[in-house]
Amino acid sequence: MSDDSSQSPPDRRPLIAFAWLWVGAPLAYGLYELVRKATQLFTG
Amino acid sequence: MPPAALSVHLSIGQAYAWSVFKPPLESALGLSGTQSALPFQLGIVMLGLSAAFGGTLVERKGPRWAMTVALVCFSSGFLLSALGAATEQYWLIVLGYGFVGGIGLGIGYISPVSTLIKWFPDRPGMATGIAIMGFGGGALIASPWSAQMLESFGSDHSGIALAFLVHGLSYAVFMLLGVLLVRVPRTEKPVADGPSVVEGVQVSARNAVRTPQFWCLWVVLCMNVSAGIGILEKAAPMITDFFADTSTPVSVTAAAGFVALLSAANMAGRIGWSSTSDLIGRKNIYRVYLGAGALMYLLIALFGDSSKPLFILCALVILSFYGGGFATIPAYLKDLFGTYQVGAIHGRLLTAWSTAGVLGPLIVNWIADRQEEAGRHGASLYGLSFVIMIGLLVVGFVANELVRPVHPRHHLSAPREAADVRRQQPESA
Repeated sequence: MSDDSSQSPPDRRPLIAFAWLWVGAPLAYGLYELVRKATQLFTG
Repeated sequence: MPPAALSVHLSIGQAYAWSVFKPPLESALGLSGTQSALPFQLGIVMLGLSAAFGGTLVERKGPRWAMTVALVCFSSGFLLSALGAATEQYWLIVLGYGFVGGIGLGIGYISPVSTLIKWFPDRPGMATGIAIMGFGGGALIASPWSAQMLESFGSDHSGIALAFLVHGLSYAVFMLLGVLLVRVPRTEKPVADGPSVVEGVQVSARNAVRTPQFWCLWVVLCMNVSAGIGILEKAAPMITDFFADTSTPVSVTAAAGFVALLSAANMAGRIGWSSTSDLIGRKNIYRVYLGAGALMYLLIALFGDSSKPLFILCALVILSFYGGGFATIPAYLKDLFGTYQVGAIHGRLLTAWSTAGVLGPLIVNWIADRQEEAGRHGASLYGLSFVIMIGLLVVGFVANELVRPVHPRHHLSAPREAADVRRQQPESA
């Protein structure tokens, strides 16, 4: 039996990674489309 | 906390991609251009109103409540619009996307602001820059996504209804992350090498609107946004007109690329300039936005039609200042009024955005139309508009110079109000 103070806090890194992936993936898609369109300024 | 804020702002930023739905709606429901723009316009009006009037409630109930309201309203707006498109009832689309969805926009926009400032009291510019960058990024995601969906489902009324339905459900799921993750830091949580988060100047929203500082910042934001919208509103025809009579005219495709590049500058300015404000100070960064912004407009007016790179560079810098102005204002408010009701104060200040949203396009479009009637063409269509934009930026610059620390008589002093702060801050919403 161990008291509460000796327990290490739960590792939140997987949750943080998931949360950033959740918002980062659609943003990356939007940026990709943006770059594709923006290059038309120099090629179009 | 930043992903929670981003999940909400990336969603509600879809509003700027409404134009994707305009042509299909016009052909499917027999609407005019003005009619198809109405849901978006009402949405922006409701954004300003709900942010202004709902701000205090958001502060009292906390960010999780606010994000839930934003989720429900924004998604319900799409679902009502889906019903409207399916039954060919245009008024339901206006009511759904414009009225109900617009409330979601306003509450969602201000929902993470004060919480982010409380989490990152030593870097408030960077913190709010991340979230407000999301609002710019929302359109980048929604624009190609919505266009591809309409291509798959078809552009008739049932295809539009299905697209609205998918949008409503997808955004509900996406925003749910924000609702589940958002947390308010505890009052007792010490800031690295700094004071407790409730220390320092604290001014209530009711007192803030009675100070000259609030109205100076209102003018600053209104002028900065008007100047940015002046370019954003007519970017594609502007670059085409500027170089129409030169040896290197700009094609329609290239003009679309220019608009996309402006969106990138707008988004980059939100995080970049806002973070810079943490280092050089809020007043100084607005001196740059307004002073250098006026200089950029002057360069375009004088030499813009003789050099395409110069025109593009100046326009990009102006749009980065436009985005930066939006993202830095919550941190400026925090510096002046404290964290107590910064979200509510920010909400009230967003009425400057609604005003600028009308003022900026009105100036550029009205002047361009008059110049065209007078037989002018090319760059001379916009010369007078640019001079007016420079004037607006100078007015904003002067307003920024007039900003001084808030007089102590406006600070929270009554024991009951101070107790409110202590009770409110540790609330884990």
